[in-house]
Amino acid sequence: MPVNPELVGRDFPPTSPYLVGREKVREFARAVFADDPQHTDPVAAQALGYPDVVAPPTFAIVVQEQTLQQLLAQPDSGIVLHNVLHAEQRFAYTRPIVAGDELTGRLAVTGIRMLGGNAMVTSESVITDASGAHVVTATSVLVVGEGEE
Amino acid sequence: MTALAVGDVIAERTVHLTRESLVRYAGASGDFNAIHYRDDVAASVGLPGVLAHGMLTMGLAVQTIVPWLGDAGRILEYGVRFTRPVVVDPESGAEVTVLAKVGAVDAETARIDLTVTHAGTTVLVKAQVRIRLA
Repeated sequence: MPVNPELVGRDFPPTSPYLVGREKVREFARAVFADDPQHTDPVAAQALGYPDVVAPPTFAIVVQEQTLQQLLAQPDSGIVLHNVLHAEQRFAYTRPIVAGDELTGRLAVTGIRMLGGNAMVTSESVITDASGAHVVTATSVLVVGEGEE
Repeated sequence: MTALAVGDVIAERTVHLTRESLVRYAGASGDFNAIHYRDDVAASVGLPGVLAHGMLTMGLAVQTIVPWLGDAGRILEYGVRFTRPVVVDPESGAEVTVLAKVGAVDAETARIDLTVTHAGTTVLVKAQVRIRLA
């Protein structure tokens, strides 16, 4: 089944709120070799004007991932996980994610382009905080092969 | 911040990845795709070996400039294209080298270009960070 072009413009519900924990930020920071103290030490983060530790810039993927799961869960998507390659990733920030944030992601498929036997699927996940203010928009381009049925 | 000139090297580092690094990233990120820790699964889908998560490479690359920035909140945008995989040997691991240079400067922002290489090849293309200057 090829990728369903009708995914573009489909309405996806917001994900359930993700509460960013201080220890999760520390764990993620260690995993991406983020040794700057703002990611692990609340006092260092507060000195920069943040209420708690600052998540590394790519931490937004954790919330974006929940929105991409919604895409994969669409029964008519035509997307099979083992045929998916991550081709491109972008983040556009209004502010960094900080421990204590309660984040919600909202997915939109913004484009599907055929290239050879593959589909290039562009998705945009808008991540907002508990007040509804924009935090970061995460954009992925996935290359989806048709593979075998 | 002192004036930046296009071509200035602002930071560089080499990170040594091991299989433990991949397991740690899997746990921290929630990405448990088995191609990142099981040789048999990687081989079964035709890969040359267990690969580092693309998002791990992207994540460690930008972190190279954070101490120089002083505040990660000065990052306005960050994007990469994943072009070549980083194969992580079970015994010797893999080295990833990041070089950060000024790519463009205007009145309020600058573009930092990251050159990210492994075993002599570039693994991320158009790895660019747009930052606020003040």
